[in-house]
Amino acid sequence: MIKEETGVLSQDDIPAIRIRGLRTQFGLNVIHKDLDLDVRQGEIIGVVGGSGTGKSVLLRTIIGLIKPVEGHIEILGIDRSRLTGEDEETLQQKLGVLFQDGALFGSLTVAQNIQVPLKEHFRIPQKLLDEIAAFKISLVGLPADAGPKYPSELSGGMRKRAGLARALALDPALLFLDEPTAGLDPVGAASFDRVIVELKKAMKLTVFLVTHDLDTLSTVCDRIAVLANKQVIAVGTMDDMLKINHPWVKEYFHGPRSRAAGISAA
Amino acid sequence: MATIAQEKPWLSVERKADVTCIKAGGPWHVMSLHWAYEEVEKAGSPNTGSVELDLQAVDKMDTAGALLFFDMISMCDRSGVNVSFSGISDEQRLLLKQVEENYEPCAIEPPRKNSLIKQVEEIGVATVTIVEGFGALLTFLGLVLMRLLRTIMQPRRLRLTALVFQMEHVGLKAIPIVGLISFLIGAVIVNQGAIQLQKFGADVYVIDMLAFSQLRELGILLTAIIVAGRSGSAFTAQIGSMKLREEVDAMEVIGLDPVETLVLPRLIALILILPILTFYADLMGLLGGGLMAWGTLDISPGTFLARLREAADFSTFAVGMIKAPFFAIVIAITGCFEGLNVSGSAESVGLHTTNSVVHSIFLVIVLNAFFAIFFTTVGL
Ligand SMILES: Nc1ncnc2c1ncn2[C@@H]1O[C@H](COP(=O)(O)OP(=O)(O)O)[C@@H](O)[C@H]1O
Ligand SMILES: [Mg+2]
Repeated sequence: MIKEETGVLSQDDIPAIRIRGLRTQFGLNVIHKDLDLDVRQGEIIGVVGGSGTGKSVLLRTIIGLIKPVEGHIEILGIDRSRLTGEDEETLQQKLGVLFQDGALFGSLTVAQNIQVPLKEHFRIPQKLLDEIAAFKISLVGLPADAGPKYPSELSGGMRKRAGLARALALDPALLFLDEPTAGLDPVGAASFDRVIVELKKAMKLTVFLVTHDLDTLSTVCDRIAVLANKQVIAVGTMDDMLKINHPWVKEYFHGPRSRAAGISAA
Repeated sequence: MATIAQEKPWLSVERKADVTCIKAGGPWHVMSLHWAYEEVEKAGSPNTGSVELDLQAVDKMDTAGALLFFDMISMCDRSGVNVSFSGISDEQRLLLKQVEENYEPCAIEPPRKNSLIKQVEEIGVATVTIVEGFGALLTFLGLVLMRLLRTIMQPRRLRLTALVFQMEHVGLKAIPIVGLISFLIGAVIVNQGAIQLQKFGADVYVIDMLAFSQLRELGILLTAIIVAGRSGSAFTAQIGSMKLREEVDAMEVIGLDPVETLVLPRLIALILILPILTFYADLMGLLGGGLMAWGTLDISPGTFLARLREAADFSTFAVGMIKAPFFAIVIAITGCFEGLNVSGSAESVGLHTTNSVVHSIFLVIVLNAFFAIFFTTVGL
């Protein structure tokens, strides 16, 4: 990491996300303090941590829904706080977000949901809009007959896929997922994991993935970041995690569930 | 960043005998897609020979751009024209492959019905819904009354804490608004009535008018409408959100009867409170009217009271009060019924809350009309 900072940076060396000295708080309740994190381009980073440690808040801070109290966040080398108006909008178009339950607009069909960001930002002929929607629906593994359905007519797993399709509408460079496999059955979760890996390969996505799912962590993520004590206390591969001597990390990666997922030996 | 968006995608077409050379360049991504689309439209597609597609100069391509190229290719395919690529990068090939694999058209909206059929269907559905809804409401009323009876037989089943809590919210907290509205309405009746009655030199009869309208009709009706808006809606929203969070299901599984725990305290609270609020509204209405009469018509409080005693007797007051418990039942039952019918999403809570208020006000006014006919018939 230090090498990257001192060496001459080529386009690909710029971290996708670079967080330095981040502090977020609600009233007097400090959520993050002096938090640093780098996410490399083209990687899938999994963020883990106990409930209430501020994973969702971190995600929402990076995508700009929550303003940090201190510190700065660079996305693709651009400091968001220095941007204004149109440039901020352009940056925002590079981010795709899947919220916990899909957050689809209930009054629109799945296909129309996917078209919302496209229609909002660009003048695209209707025929192409329809083609793009159909393509994204197939891309996330939804059947074609899901297109004209309303979100309330879909199962939880399908709603997540539809939310993913909408997040991918503008071909974002960065994809943010908040517990995408929570509430899915293991088969559905595994196939969702596969979709994410395939998309990452095909679209050169960088993925910021908040998850509790040990299977997802071990099969999908290139690196894992652990959030505890208001900071990122460790970043590394699954093998690195297994060597870390922190009580929570140990409990998490060496516990019975981890053994069931085939991560650590009994 | 802004400069990227201004660079335009382009196509150049060159025909050499049988082969059409198409060169593409610039950014082919979603931000410049409408220009790219125009270029494709302008270029058209040859329907004989073969096509050589040169992507060398394309500097950025995403799935949307790839989709557009794929459209071109499939158009050529359909007219039997062979397409070959040159200058295509691995990345672009991967994108095109991905588009090809997922090129499955789908509908955007559910199919629309013929508008006449749709309208007839809507009328039919609405009619059935109303009839069924009313039937279900009556069934619910029956169920609740049976539970009420059981509770009266075994008073220890009554949830006293919930009852007191509801009485506070339905009654005590409604005091300011009910009082203010009744006071103002009483004052307005006297003020406006006097203007009309003065034409006949019969100002003093304004007190008869006030007493009759306030005690028989307006006091109870306005109070019922306010309570329907305040508390009927609250009942629906409270029970509805419990329904959404599966709390009602949990109760049933644990063995708590939702009607007994949720509906009865609200119903009993309203039956007890609405008459009291009505009595209070009557007083405030008369007070407002009396002060207005004193201030603008020079009718002293003594005269006012004397005239009031002559104009209205106990039966006038009783006619209004008798209606209160019935309206209370209508409001509580409608509110709780709508709440228990909430299902699915938060949107449903909003919908049923609106329904609850509209239906209970409607039912109160209809019931009031029946009472008016009844009391006139029996000569009260
Ligand atoms: N909008 C908010 N206002 C106040 N506190 C919040 C808000 N959002 C989250 N928090 C607090 O921040 C902490 C972290 O929440 P969150 O990021 O959702 O946890 P998790 O790691 O489980 O996703 C929690 O203690 C929560 O109470
Ligand atoms: Mg969370």
